[in-house]
Amino acid sequence: MRREDFPALEQTVQGEPLVYLDSAATALKPRAVIDAVTGVYARDCANIHRAVHTLSQRATQAFEATREKARAFLGAESTDEIVFTSGTTESINLVAQAWARPRLGPGDRVLISGLEHHSNIVPWQIVCAQTGAELVVVPITDEGEVPLEQVEARLDERVRLVAMNHVSNALGTVQDAAEIARLAHAAGAKVLFDGAQAAPHLPLDVRALDADFYAFSAHKLYGPTGVGVLYGKRALLAECEPYQSGGDMIRSVTFEKTTYASLPAYLEAGTPNIAGVIGLGAAIDYVEGIGRATLHAREQDLLRYGTEALSSIEGLRLIGTAKRKVGVLSFVMDAAHPHDIGTIVDAKGVAIRTGHHCAQPVMERFGIPATARASLGMYNTPEDLDALVRALHEVRRMFA
Amino acid sequence: MSELRELYQEYVLDHGKRPRNFRAIEGATHRGEGYNPLCGDRITLQLLVEGDVIRDIAFSGAGCAISTASASTMTETLMGKTLAEARATFGAFLSMVKGEAEPDYDALDKLAVFAGVAEFPMRVKCATLAWHTLNAAIEGAEAVTTE
Repeated sequence: MRREDFPALEQTVQGEPLVYLDSAATALKPRAVIDAVTGVYARDCANIHRAVHTLSQRATQAFEATREKARAFLGAESTDEIVFTSGTTESINLVAQAWARPRLGPGDRVLISGLEHHSNIVPWQIVCAQTGAELVVVPITDEGEVPLEQVEARLDERVRLVAMNHVSNALGTVQDAAEIARLAHAAGAKVLFDGAQAAPHLPLDVRALDADFYAFSAHKLYGPTGVGVLYGKRALLAECEPYQSGGDMIRSVTFEKTTYASLPAYLEAGTPNIAGVIGLGAAIDYVEGIGRATLHAREQDLLRYGTEALSSIEGLRLIGTAKRKVGVLSFVMDAAHPHDIGTIVDAKGVAIRTGHHCAQPVMERFGIPATARASLGMYNTPEDLDALVRALHEVRRMFA
Repeated sequence: MSELRELYQEYVLDHGKRPRNFRAIEGATHRGEGYNPLCGDRITLQLLVEGDVIRDIAFSGAGCAISTASASTMTETLMGKTLAEARATFGAFLSMVKGEAEPDYDALDKLAVFAGVAEFPMRVKCATLAWHTLNAAIEGAEAVTTE
């Protein structure tokens, strides 16, 4: 990995070199990904799975090669278990509507945690309203962890599905996904993990986790926006009802009867985001070229550095102090509202996220309207965190 | 940086920290609730209107420096004004912070201190939350959100 691989870092913002600390919102893209995406439009611009001409073959091959890369990336058994979606949000909605909805009814429960992103709350609220099932929430601790005993205490035969994030976007907490899956399975429930924040940071193995469903987004993994992956165990995906219907998901259509394609095409109606998927393939290659274990170790060093540096600022409080975290530093300051912090550090060229991070229940749990959040990507350095700390001292001076 | 200084003038920082008319009104005739879901800012605005005149106006809630200072200045500006004047000032303020028109400094008076917001499009909602809430309160609408 070289910082030069990321063209966005070559710019100045407000006259200062860009310090990008918002990778949990979306990661910057390496040149290899940008080239892969533009290459599709510039050369291999064709629809897939259809024509016999050369361009279509090239596009189809690159598209399906990404399915194999995503399979290997997740440790899945088969490419039939890899469904391309528009992102984690659609992946979760697909499971909610195509798998859960036909199976849920009054008396059933869906178990989530108080740490979830809205995209792993609202689809379950909707499906519960549709089916009469009940949504149950496992509370979180002051550190921002979901205690396993609290999960276990809410698991019984009524729970049909446990849907939790693998890593919290708001706080960076890493959950013990393997243990959550074990507990869910022991109670007869299936388990879905929102892996949007895990995929860029942790080595993943869905079979070792024994995940039934696993969702992630390309754009947080240094890939393009508008593309995601849903992994599902083959038997479970096969149980899904059609999610969207139309082209590519059918075997034959007459006005009397339609028969459906096999997996994974069955769940991928319409022309997909071809260039985006191929860009995801380039992103996976880029990440695997460095190695997720290497990235993880490097990021943990940087997280320790950043945690210490921010903790040294008077009047700053870190929100989310779980024992296992990825590179997310969520904080509030006595001196200023997160929104003011965001604007002032931006004037120093430092990009952080401010707000509720699409996790309003997390904010409510901590009794705050919002946090400022610095999140790390593979290109970040200790100097980036030093720049943040300098900018936060400016905030303190300004609001003193 | 100069744009930042323009945004966070001493006046704004002062009103952000020590908002004026930050209280409740006994027997208020109008009330509005505002919420900015992006940053979690919340405001409750109350007015005591007699005939067409705003006899008292006050707010409570929690927000960033810009939204708090804006609400504070709004209450100071509109105290004793008519509802028609309040509506006109709302219009002038909106077009100023959105950068749609050269500010009419005479009409805006102290509110002109928020002209710098126009350089920060992401912060326009902070500056206008109190005003949208006012509009809802005097037009009798339900809670507003600035999305």
